[in-house]
Amino acid sequence: MIDCRSLAENVFREESGRIIAGLIRISGSFDRAEEAVQEAFAAALAAWPEHGVPSNPAAWITTTAHRKLIDAARRHRTHVEKQESLRYEIESGASGGSEDGEEVMYFPDNRLRLIFTCCHPALNREAQVALTLRTLGGLSTQEIAKAFLVPEATLAQRLVRAKRKIQEAHIPYEVPPPERLRERLASVQAVIYLIFNEGYTASSGAGLIREDLCAEAIRLGRVLCELLPNDAESLGLLALMLLQNSRRAARVREGSLVTLEEQDRSRWDQDAIQEGLARLDQALALRQAGPYQVQAAIAALHARAKAPEETDWNQIARLYETLLEWNPSPVIALNHAVAVAMSSGLEAGLRQIDALRASLDHYYLFHAARADVLRRLDRRAEAVKAYERAAALTANPVELEFLNKRLRELT
Amino acid sequence: MRYMMLIYSKEWEGGLPPEKREQLKAAHRASIDAARRKGILLAAEPLAPTSTATTVRMQDGKPLITDGPFAETKEQLAGYYILDCENLDEAIEWATRIPTSCKGGEGCIEIRPMPGLPRDD
Repeated sequence: MIDCRSLAENVFREESGRIIAGLIRISGSFDRAEEAVQEAFAAALAAWPEHGVPSNPAAWITTTAHRKLIDAARRHRTHVEKQESLRYEIESGASGGSEDGEEVMYFPDNRLRLIFTCCHPALNREAQVALTLRTLGGLSTQEIAKAFLVPEATLAQRLVRAKRKIQEAHIPYEVPPPERLRERLASVQAVIYLIFNEGYTASSGAGLIREDLCAEAIRLGRVLCELLPNDAESLGLLALMLLQNSRRAARVREGSLVTLEEQDRSRWDQDAIQEGLARLDQALALRQAGPYQVQAAIAALHARAKAPEETDWNQIARLYETLLEWNPSPVIALNHAVAVAMSSGLEAGLRQIDALRASLDHYYLFHAARADVLRRLDRRAEAVKAYERAAALTANPVELEFLNKRLRELT
Repeated sequence: MRYMMLIYSKEWEGGLPPEKREQLKAAHRASIDAARRKGILLAAEPLAPTSTATTVRMQDGKPLITDGPFAETKEQLAGYYILDCENLDEAIEWATRIPTSCKGGEGCIEIRPMPGLPRDD
Protein backbone atom coordinates (compact mmCIF):
# COMPACT_ATOMS: atom_id res chain seq x y z
CA MET A 1 0.00 0.00 0.00
CA ILE A 2 1.48 3.29 -1.05
CA ASP A 3 1.22 6.10 1.43
CA CYS A 4 -0.55 8.65 -0.77
CA ARG A 5 -0.20 11.50 1.67
CA SER A 6 3.56 11.37 2.03
CA LEU A 7 3.94 10.79 -1.70
CA ALA A 8 1.79 13.85 -2.42
CA GLU A 9 3.76 15.83 0.16
CA ASN A 10 7.03 14.87 -1.50
CA VAL A 11 5.76 15.88 -4.91
CA PHE A 12 4.51 19.12 -3.42
CA ARG A 13 7.88 19.91 -1.84
CA GLU A 14 9.81 19.17 -4.98
CA GLU A 15 7.46 20.60 -7.56
CA SER A 16 5.39 23.39 -6.02
CA GLY A 17 8.00 26.08 -6.75
CA ARG A 18 8.11 25.13 -10.41
CA ILE A 19 4.31 24.90 -10.66
CA ILE A 20 3.66 28.17 -8.81
CA ALA A 21 6.27 29.93 -10.96
CA GLY A 22 4.42 28.80 -14.08
CA LEU A 23 1.00 29.73 -12.76
CA ILE A 24 2.13 33.22 -11.70
CA ARG A 25 3.41 33.72 -15.24
CA ILE A 26 -0.04 32.86 -16.58
CA SER A 27 -2.25 34.58 -14.03
CA GLY A 28 -0.07 37.51 -13.01
CA SER A 29 -1.08 36.85 -9.41
CA PHE A 30 0.86 35.22 -6.60
CA ASP A 31 -2.31 34.62 -4.59
CA ARG A 32 -4.24 32.88 -7.33
CA ALA A 33 -1.27 30.72 -8.25
CA GLU A 34 -0.80 29.67 -4.62
CA GLU A 35 -4.49 28.94 -4.18
CA ALA A 36 -4.61 26.82 -7.32
CA VAL A 37 -1.62 24.74 -6.20
CA GLN A 38 -3.16 24.25 -2.73
CA GLU A 39 -6.41 23.10 -4.31
CA ALA A 40 -4.62 20.74 -6.67
CA PHE A 41 -2.76 19.25 -3.72
CA ALA A 42 -6.05 18.74 -1.85
CA ALA A 43 -7.53 17.15 -4.98
CA ALA A 44 -4.59 14.74 -5.14
CA LEU A 45 -5.17 13.70 -1.53
CA ALA A 46 -8.80 12.99 -2.37
CA ALA A 47 -8.31 11.26 -5.73
CA TRP A 48 -5.11 9.23 -5.39
CA PRO A 49 -6.18 6.83 -2.61
CA GLU A 50 -9.31 5.99 -4.63
CA HIS A 51 -8.11 5.94 -8.25
CA GLY A 52 -4.47 5.16 -7.64
CA VAL A 53 -1.40 7.34 -7.98
CA PRO A 54 -0.98 8.64 -11.55
CA SER A 55 2.09 7.56 -13.51
CA ASN A 56 3.46 11.10 -13.45
CA PRO A 57 2.30 12.67 -10.16
CA ALA A 58 4.02 16.02 -10.81
CA ALA A 59 2.34 16.43 -14.20
CA TRP A 60 -1.00 15.44 -12.67
CA ILE A 61 -0.71 18.18 -10.03
CA THR A 62 0.46 20.73 -12.62
CA THR A 63 -2.49 19.99 -14.89
CA THR A 64 -4.98 20.01 -12.03
CA ALA A 65 -3.57 23.27 -10.63
CA HIS A 66 -3.87 24.86 -14.04
CA ARG A 67 -7.48 23.77 -14.30
CA LYS A 68 -8.19 25.16 -10.81
CA LEU A 69 -6.64 28.47 -11.84
CA ILE A 70 -8.95 28.72 -14.86
CA ASP A 71 -11.98 27.76 -12.74
CA ALA A 72 -11.12 30.44 -10.20
CA ALA A 73 -10.68 33.03 -12.94
CA ARG A 74 -14.13 32.18 -14.33
CA ARG A 75 -15.67 32.51 -10.87
CA HIS A 76 -13.76 35.70 -10.34
CA ARG A 77 -14.87 37.20 -13.64
CA THR A 78 -18.50 37.12 -12.57
CA HIS A 79 -17.65 39.37 -9.63
CA VAL A 80 -15.09 41.71 -11.12
CA GLU A 81 -15.06 43.30 -14.53
CA LYS A 82 -11.51 44.45 -14.46
CA GLN A 83 -9.30 41.60 -15.61
CA GLU A 84 -6.23 43.48 -16.63
CA SER A 85 -3.96 41.52 -14.34
CA LEU A 86 -5.02 38.22 -15.88
CA ARG A 87 -3.12 37.23 -18.95
CA TYR A 88 -4.42 34.03 -20.39
CA GLU A 89 -2.00 32.98 -22.98
CA ILE A 90 -0.22 29.75 -22.26
CA GLU A 91 3.24 30.07 -23.70
CA SER A 92 4.42 26.82 -25.19
CA GLY A 93 2.38 25.04 -22.53
CA ALA A 94 2.08 21.78 -24.41
CA SER A 95 -0.85 19.67 -23.47
CA GLY A 96 -1.20 16.08 -24.55
CA GLY A 97 -2.05 12.54 -23.54
CA SER A 98 0.11 10.11 -21.62
CA GLU A 99 0.03 6.33 -21.83
CA ASP A 100 -2.76 5.98 -19.28
CA GLY A 101 -4.93 8.56 -20.98
CA GLU A 102 -4.28 11.33 -18.47
CA GLU A 103 -3.94 14.82 -19.71
CA VAL A 104 -0.48 16.13 -18.95
CA MET A 105 0.79 19.65 -19.00
CA TYR A 106 4.29 21.06 -18.85
CA PHE A 107 5.27 24.65 -18.32
CA PRO A 108 8.55 26.22 -19.30
CA ASP A 109 10.63 26.70 -16.15
CA ASN A 110 9.74 30.11 -14.73
CA ARG A 111 11.53 29.71 -11.42
CA LEU A 112 14.28 32.14 -12.38
CA ARG A 113 11.71 34.91 -12.86
CA LEU A 114 10.12 33.93 -9.58
CA ILE A 115 13.36 34.02 -7.60
CA PHE A 116 14.32 37.44 -8.98
CA THR A 117 10.88 38.84 -8.20
CA CYS A 118 10.86 37.40 -4.67
CA CYS A 119 14.32 38.86 -4.01
CA HIS A 120 13.69 42.21 -5.72
CA PRO A 121 15.61 44.96 -3.90
CA ALA A 122 12.42 47.05 -3.64
CA LEU A 123 11.16 44.51 -1.10
CA ASN A 124 12.73 44.52 2.33
CA ARG A 125 14.95 41.61 3.33
CA GLU A 126 12.41 40.00 5.66
CA ALA A 127 9.79 40.06 2.92
CA GLN A 128 12.26 38.63 0.40
CA VAL A 129 13.08 35.72 2.70
CA ALA A 130 9.45 34.95 3.57
CA LEU A 131 8.30 35.15 -0.03
CA THR A 132 11.15 32.98 -1.33
CA LEU A 133 10.49 30.26 1.24
CA ARG A 134 6.74 30.42 0.70
CA THR A 135 6.61 30.35 -3.09
CA LEU A 136 9.84 28.77 -4.23
CA GLY A 137 10.38 26.54 -1.22
CA GLY A 138 6.75 25.58 -0.73
CA LEU A 139 6.98 26.06 3.05
CA SER A 140 3.77 26.90 4.87
CA THR A 141 3.28 30.24 6.60
CA GLN A 142 3.28 28.34 9.89
CA GLU A 143 6.59 26.62 9.13
CA ILE A 144 8.31 29.87 8.16
CA ALA A 145 6.95 31.68 11.23
CA LYS A 146 8.24 28.90 13.46
CA ALA A 147 11.67 28.87 11.86
CA PHE A 148 12.10 32.62 12.29
CA LEU A 149 10.52 32.69 15.74
CA VAL A 150 7.86 35.24 14.81
CA PRO A 151 4.10 34.97 15.36
CA GLU A 152 2.29 33.39 12.42
CA ALA A 153 0.06 36.47 12.04
CA THR A 154 3.15 38.70 11.67
CA LEU A 155 4.59 36.44 9.00
CA ALA A 156 1.26 36.24 7.17
CA GLN A 157 1.03 40.04 7.22
CA ARG A 158 4.58 40.29 5.87
CA LEU A 159 3.62 38.07 2.94
CA VAL A 160 0.42 40.00 2.24
CA ARG A 161 2.34 43.31 2.18
CA ALA A 162 5.05 41.93 -0.09
CA LYS A 163 2.56 40.51 -2.57
CA ARG A 164 0.63 43.76 -2.50
CA LYS A 165 3.71 45.76 -3.26
CA ILE A 166 4.61 43.46 -6.16
CA GLN A 167 1.14 43.98 -7.57
CA GLU A 168 0.70 47.70 -6.91
CA ALA A 169 4.20 48.93 -7.67
CA HIS A 170 4.40 46.64 -10.74
CA ILE A 171 7.53 44.81 -9.74
CA PRO A 172 8.19 42.89 -12.96
CA TYR A 173 8.11 39.11 -13.21
CA GLU A 174 11.24 38.97 -15.28
CA VAL A 175 14.86 37.93 -15.29
CA PRO A 176 16.83 41.22 -15.10
CA PRO A 177 18.77 42.36 -18.19
CA PRO A 178 22.48 41.38 -18.37
CA GLU A 179 23.72 44.79 -17.18
CA ARG A 180 21.70 44.49 -13.96
CA LEU A 181 22.05 40.73 -13.47
CA ARG A 182 25.10 40.78 -11.19
CA GLU A 183 23.72 43.17 -8.58
CA ARG A 184 20.28 41.53 -8.66
CA LEU A 185 21.89 38.11 -8.29
CA ALA A 186 23.75 39.40 -5.25
CA SER A 187 20.37 40.07 -3.65
CA VAL A 188 19.15 36.53 -4.46
CA GLN A 189 22.35 35.01 -3.07
CA ALA A 190 22.12 37.12 0.10
CA VAL A 191 18.58 35.86 0.72
CA ILE A 192 19.61 32.21 0.29
CA TYR A 193 22.66 32.62 2.54
CA LEU A 194 20.58 34.40 5.18
CA ILE A 195 18.16 31.45 5.22
CA PHE A 196 21.13 29.11 5.61
CA ASN A 197 22.66 31.11 8.45
CA GLU A 198 19.35 31.37 10.26
CA GLY A 199 19.29 27.59 10.29
CA TYR A 200 23.00 27.17 11.03
CA THR A 201 23.26 29.44 14.07
CA ALA A 202 23.69 26.98 16.90
CA SER A 203 20.69 27.05 19.15
CA SER A 204 18.59 24.70 21.18
CA GLY A 205 14.82 24.44 21.06
CA ALA A 206 13.32 24.50 17.61
CA GLY A 207 16.19 22.31 16.37
CA LEU A 208 14.56 20.28 13.64
CA ILE A 209 12.84 23.15 11.89
CA ARG A 210 16.13 25.00 11.80
CA GLU A 211 17.94 22.08 10.19
CA ASP A 212 15.15 22.21 7.64
CA LEU A 213 16.16 25.80 6.91
CA CYS A 214 19.73 24.73 6.07
CA ALA A 215 18.44 21.95 3.84
CA GLU A 216 16.03 24.38 2.18
CA ALA A 217 18.77 26.97 1.58
CA ILE A 218 20.96 24.29 0.00
CA ARG A 219 18.04 23.15 -2.14
CA LEU A 220 17.48 26.75 -3.29
CA GLY A 221 21.22 27.04 -3.94
CA ARG A 222 21.04 23.95 -6.15
CA VAL A 223 18.05 25.38 -8.04
CA LEU A 224 19.99 28.61 -8.65
CA CYS A 225 23.00 26.67 -9.98
CA GLU A 226 20.75 24.55 -12.15
CA LEU A 227 19.16 27.68 -13.62
CA LEU A 228 22.43 29.64 -13.98
CA PRO A 229 25.10 26.96 -14.45
CA ASN A 230 27.81 29.45 -15.42
CA ASP A 231 27.57 31.79 -12.46
CA ALA A 232 30.68 31.31 -10.35
CA GLU A 233 29.34 33.04 -7.24
CA SER A 234 26.16 30.92 -7.19
CA LEU A 235 28.37 27.82 -7.34
CA GLY A 236 30.60 29.35 -4.66
CA LEU A 237 27.60 29.96 -2.42
CA LEU A 238 26.39 26.37 -2.85
CA ALA A 239 29.90 25.07 -2.12
CA LEU A 240 30.12 27.28 0.98
CA MET A 241 26.79 26.03 2.35
CA LEU A 242 27.61 22.38 1.64
CA LEU A 243 31.03 22.64 3.31
CA GLN A 244 29.72 24.43 6.38
CA ASN A 245 26.78 22.09 6.71
CA SER A 246 29.07 19.04 6.48
CA ARG A 247 30.22 19.87 10.03
CA ARG A 248 26.72 20.15 11.46
CA ALA A 249 26.69 16.83 13.35
CA ALA A 250 30.01 17.60 15.03
CA ARG A 251 29.26 21.22 15.98
CA VAL A 252 27.18 20.66 19.08
CA ARG A 253 27.85 18.08 21.81
CA GLU A 254 25.86 17.78 25.03
CA GLY A 255 24.27 21.18 24.51
CA SER A 256 27.60 22.91 24.03
CA LEU A 257 29.17 24.42 20.94
CA VAL A 258 32.28 22.48 19.84
CA THR A 259 35.07 24.51 18.21
CA LEU A 260 36.43 23.46 14.85
CA GLU A 261 39.65 22.36 16.55
CA GLU A 262 37.88 20.05 18.99
CA GLN A 263 35.29 18.59 16.61
CA ASP A 264 35.28 14.84 15.96
CA ARG A 265 36.24 14.97 12.28
CA SER A 266 35.00 11.44 11.68
CA ARG A 267 31.50 12.87 12.11
CA TRP A 268 31.90 15.33 9.25
CA ASP A 269 29.69 14.45 6.30
CA GLN A 270 32.17 13.30 3.65
CA ASP A 271 29.58 13.23 0.85
CA ALA A 272 28.72 16.88 1.48
CA ILE A 273 32.44 17.75 1.60
CA GLN A 274 33.13 15.99 -1.71
CA GLU A 275 30.19 17.72 -3.36
CA GLY A 276 31.20 21.07 -1.88
CA LEU A 277 34.79 20.69 -3.13
CA ALA A 278 33.58 19.68 -6.58
CA ARG A 279 31.25 22.70 -6.78
CA LEU A 280 34.08 24.99 -5.67
CA ASP A 281 36.39 23.58 -8.38
CA GLN A 282 33.63 24.16 -10.91
CA ALA A 283 33.25 27.76 -9.68
CA LEU A 284 36.97 28.55 -9.71
CA ALA A 285 37.31 27.18 -13.25
CA LEU A 286 34.95 29.94 -14.42
CA ARG A 287 37.53 32.57 -13.34
CA GLN A 288 35.12 35.15 -11.90
CA ALA A 289 36.40 35.76 -8.40
CA GLY A 290 33.93 36.67 -5.65
CA PRO A 291 33.39 36.65 -1.89
CA TYR A 292 31.30 33.45 -1.71
CA GLN A 293 34.03 31.54 -3.55
CA VAL A 294 36.69 32.89 -1.19
CA GLN A 295 34.62 31.94 1.86
CA ALA A 296 34.04 28.49 0.34
CA ALA A 297 37.79 28.19 -0.26
CA ILE A 298 38.39 28.90 3.44
CA ALA A 299 35.79 26.29 4.41
CA ALA A 300 37.47 23.87 1.97
CA LEU A 301 40.87 24.33 3.65
CA HIS A 302 39.29 23.33 6.96
CA ALA A 303 37.45 20.42 5.34
CA ARG A 304 40.65 19.10 3.73
CA ALA A 305 42.64 19.09 7.00
CA LYS A 306 42.51 15.58 8.46
CA ALA A 307 43.61 16.94 11.84
CA PRO A 308 43.45 20.49 13.24
CA GLU A 309 47.24 20.90 13.15
CA GLU A 310 47.24 20.17 9.40
CA THR A 311 45.10 23.27 8.74
CA ASP A 312 46.77 25.65 6.27
CA TRP A 313 46.35 28.82 8.38
CA ASN A 314 48.75 30.80 6.15
CA GLN A 315 46.51 30.29 3.17
CA ILE A 316 43.41 31.04 5.26
CA ALA A 317 44.94 34.33 6.43
CA ARG A 318 45.68 35.26 2.80
CA LEU A 319 42.10 34.46 1.77
CA TYR A 320 40.73 36.69 4.55
CA GLU A 321 42.98 39.47 3.23
CA THR A 322 41.31 39.07 -0.17
CA LEU A 323 37.88 39.24 1.48
CA LEU A 324 38.93 42.39 3.35
CA GLU A 325 39.82 44.07 0.07
CA TRP A 326 36.22 43.65 -1.10
CA ASN A 327 34.56 44.22 2.21
CA PRO A 328 36.63 45.94 4.89
CA SER A 329 34.36 44.95 7.78
CA PRO A 330 35.66 44.60 11.36
CA VAL A 331 34.16 41.09 11.66
CA ILE A 332 36.20 39.87 8.67
CA ALA A 333 39.22 41.67 10.14
CA LEU A 334 38.65 39.69 13.37
CA ASN A 335 38.65 36.42 11.43
CA HIS A 336 41.82 37.52 9.68
CA ALA A 337 43.45 38.32 13.03
CA VAL A 338 42.58 34.85 14.34
CA ALA A 339 44.13 33.25 11.24
CA VAL A 340 47.24 35.39 11.81
CA ALA A 341 47.38 34.22 15.44
CA MET A 342 47.25 30.61 14.27
CA SER A 343 49.83 31.03 11.48
CA SER A 344 52.26 33.87 12.24
CA GLY A 345 52.16 33.79 16.01
CA LEU A 346 49.77 34.32 18.90
CA GLU A 347 51.26 37.66 19.99
CA ALA A 348 50.94 39.15 16.51
CA GLY A 349 47.36 37.89 16.27
CA LEU A 350 46.47 39.31 19.66
CA ARG A 351 47.80 42.74 18.68
CA GLN A 352 45.57 42.67 15.59
CA ILE A 353 42.56 41.57 17.64
CA ASP A 354 43.13 44.32 20.21
CA ALA A 355 43.27 46.92 17.45
CA LEU A 356 39.62 46.11 16.65
CA ARG A 357 38.30 46.80 20.13
CA ALA A 358 36.79 50.19 19.29
CA SER A 359 34.38 48.73 16.72
CA LEU A 360 33.78 45.25 18.22
CA ASP A 361 33.74 45.79 21.98
CA HIS A 362 30.06 44.79 22.14
CA TYR A 363 30.44 41.72 19.93
CA TYR A 364 30.70 38.48 21.91
CA LEU A 365 32.93 36.75 19.34
CA PHE A 366 35.52 39.53 19.70
CA HIS A 367 35.93 38.65 23.39
CA ALA A 368 35.66 34.92 22.75
CA ALA A 369 38.40 35.10 20.09
CA ARG A 370 40.58 37.24 22.33
CA ALA A 371 40.01 34.85 25.26
CA ASP A 372 41.03 31.92 23.10
CA VAL A 373 44.34 33.49 22.11
CA LEU A 374 45.04 34.48 25.74
CA ARG A 375 44.26 30.91 26.80
CA ARG A 376 46.76 29.57 24.26
CA LEU A 377 49.33 32.06 25.59
CA ASP A 378 48.58 30.70 29.08
CA ARG A 379 47.62 34.19 30.29
CA ARG A 380 44.87 32.62 32.38
CA ALA A 381 43.62 35.57 34.44
CA GLU A 382 43.17 37.72 31.34
CA ALA A 383 41.57 34.81 29.47
CA VAL A 384 39.03 34.34 32.28
CA LYS A 385 38.11 38.02 32.17
CA ALA A 386 37.63 37.89 28.40
CA TYR A 387 35.50 34.72 28.56
CA GLU A 388 33.34 36.37 31.24
CA ARG A 389 32.90 39.44 29.04
CA ALA A 390 31.92 37.20 26.11
CA ALA A 391 29.42 35.26 28.24
CA ALA A 392 27.77 38.51 29.30
CA LEU A 393 27.19 39.40 25.65
CA THR A 394 25.42 36.27 24.38
CA ALA A 395 22.05 34.77 25.25
CA ASN A 396 22.43 31.70 23.06
CA PRO A 397 22.41 28.65 25.42
CA VAL A 398 24.70 26.55 23.20
CA GLU A 399 27.31 29.29 23.03
CA LEU A 400 26.94 30.10 26.73
CA GLU A 401 27.53 26.49 27.66
CA PHE A 402 30.73 26.51 25.62
CA LEU A 403 32.03 29.69 27.31
CA ASN A 404 31.19 28.33 30.78
CA LYS A 405 33.00 25.09 29.97
CA ARG A 406 36.12 27.07 29.06
CA LEU A 407 35.80 29.05 32.29
CA ARG A 408 35.56 25.83 34.33
CA GLU A 409 38.71 24.52 32.61
CA LEU A 410 40.64 27.71 33.41
CA THR A 411 39.71 28.14 37.06
CA MET B 1 3.44 80.31 -11.27
CA ARG B 2 2.71 76.58 -10.99
CA TYR B 3 2.57 75.01 -7.57
CA MET B 4 2.72 71.35 -6.59
CA MET B 5 0.46 70.79 -3.63
CA LEU B 6 1.75 67.91 -1.52
CA ILE B 7 -0.84 66.26 0.64
CA TYR B 8 0.56 64.81 3.86
CA SER B 9 -1.82 62.46 5.64
CA LYS B 10 -1.46 59.79 8.31
CA GLU B 11 -2.08 56.36 6.83
CA TRP B 12 -4.64 54.22 8.60
CA GLU B 13 -4.08 50.49 8.80
CA GLY B 14 -6.40 48.91 6.24
CA GLY B 15 -7.26 52.22 4.59
CA LEU B 16 -10.35 54.35 5.00
CA PRO B 17 -13.73 52.83 5.88
CA PRO B 18 -16.15 53.00 2.89
CA GLU B 19 -18.24 55.84 4.28
CA LYS B 20 -15.26 58.08 4.94
CA ARG B 21 -13.82 57.16 1.55
CA GLU B 22 -16.98 58.41 -0.18
CA GLN B 23 -16.94 61.66 1.80
CA LEU B 24 -13.29 62.16 0.91
CA LYS B 25 -13.88 61.43 -2.77
CA ALA B 26 -16.71 63.97 -2.87
CA ALA B 27 -14.62 66.62 -1.14
CA HIS B 28 -11.69 66.10 -3.53
CA ARG B 29 -14.00 66.14 -6.51
CA ALA B 30 -15.37 69.49 -5.35
CA SER B 31 -11.92 71.08 -5.10
CA ILE B 32 -10.73 69.51 -8.36
CA ASP B 33 -13.85 70.72 -10.17
CA ALA B 34 -13.48 74.19 -8.70
CA ALA B 35 -9.87 74.39 -9.83
CA ARG B 36 -10.74 73.03 -13.28
CA ARG B 37 -13.56 75.61 -13.69
CA LYS B 38 -11.08 78.32 -12.79
CA GLY B 39 -8.76 76.90 -15.48
CA ILE B 40 -5.81 76.36 -13.12
CA LEU B 41 -5.81 72.56 -12.76
CA LEU B 42 -2.74 70.86 -14.24
CA ALA B 43 -2.83 67.50 -12.46
CA ALA B 44 -4.31 65.94 -9.37
CA GLU B 45 -3.84 62.33 -8.46
CA PRO B 46 -3.62 60.15 -5.40
CA LEU B 47 -0.52 58.09 -4.60
CA ALA B 48 -0.54 54.43 -3.63
CA PRO B 49 0.25 53.92 0.08
CA THR B 50 3.81 54.27 1.39
CA SER B 51 4.00 50.46 1.72
CA THR B 52 4.39 50.41 -2.07
CA ALA B 53 7.18 53.00 -2.12
CA THR B 54 10.72 52.36 -3.31
CA THR B 55 13.68 54.66 -2.67
CA VAL B 56 16.64 54.91 -5.04
CA ARG B 57 19.88 56.51 -3.92
CA MET B 58 23.06 56.59 -5.99
CA GLN B 59 26.10 55.37 -4.11
CA ASP B 60 29.48 55.25 -5.84
CA GLY B 61 27.68 55.39 -9.17
CA LYS B 62 25.45 52.42 -8.37
CA PRO B 63 21.77 52.55 -7.47
CA LEU B 64 21.03 51.53 -3.89
CA ILE B 65 17.42 50.39 -3.84
CA THR B 66 15.44 50.14 -0.62
CA ASP B 67 11.91 49.26 0.32
CA GLY B 68 9.72 51.95 1.79
CA PRO B 69 9.45 55.73 1.68
CA PHE B 70 12.21 58.19 2.26
CA ALA B 71 12.14 58.95 5.97
CA GLU B 72 14.98 61.31 6.84
CA THR B 73 14.09 64.93 7.41
CA LYS B 74 17.50 66.35 6.53
CA GLU B 75 16.56 66.57 2.86
CA GLN B 76 13.59 68.47 1.55
CA LEU B 77 11.32 67.85 -1.38
CA ALA B 78 12.79 69.71 -4.34
CA GLY B 79 10.68 68.75 -7.31
CA TYR B 80 8.94 65.92 -9.05
CA TYR B 81 8.66 63.96 -12.28
CA ILE B 82 5.64 61.98 -13.38
CA LEU B 83 6.77 59.28 -15.82
CA ASP B 84 4.75 56.57 -17.48
CA CYS B 85 6.86 53.41 -17.10
CA GLU B 86 6.28 49.77 -17.99
CA ASN B 87 7.13 48.52 -14.50
CA LEU B 88 9.12 49.30 -11.36
CA ASP B 89 12.45 48.28 -12.93
CA GLU B 90 12.01 50.83 -15.70
CA ALA B 91 11.00 53.45 -13.13
CA ILE B 92 14.15 52.66 -11.12
CA GLU B 93 16.25 52.93 -14.27
CA TRP B 94 14.83 56.42 -14.90
CA ALA B 95 15.22 57.39 -11.26
CA THR B 96 18.96 56.71 -11.52
CA ARG B 97 19.15 59.30 -14.34
CA ILE B 98 17.31 62.09 -12.51
CA PRO B 99 19.73 64.49 -10.83
CA THR B 100 19.04 64.92 -7.13
CA SER B 101 21.34 67.80 -6.28
CA CYS B 102 18.73 70.43 -7.22
CA LYS B 103 19.15 72.27 -3.92
CA GLY B 104 22.78 71.43 -3.22
CA GLY B 105 23.61 68.02 -1.79
CA GLU B 106 23.03 64.69 -3.49
CA GLY B 107 19.69 63.27 -2.44
CA CYS B 108 17.48 60.39 -3.44
CA ILE B 109 14.32 59.68 -5.37
CA GLU B 110 11.22 58.13 -3.85
CA ILE B 111 9.12 56.22 -6.34
CA ARG B 112 5.40 55.95 -5.64
CA PRO B 113 2.93 54.30 -7.99
CA MET B 114 -0.03 56.43 -9.07
CA PRO B 115 -2.99 54.08 -9.45
CA GLY B 116 -5.21 56.76 -10.98
CA LEU B 117 -8.33 58.46 -9.69
CA PRO B 118 -10.92 56.01 -8.42
CA ARG B 119 -13.63 55.37 -10.98
CA ASP B 120 -17.26 56.00 -10.13
CA ASP B 121 -19.00 52.73 -9.45
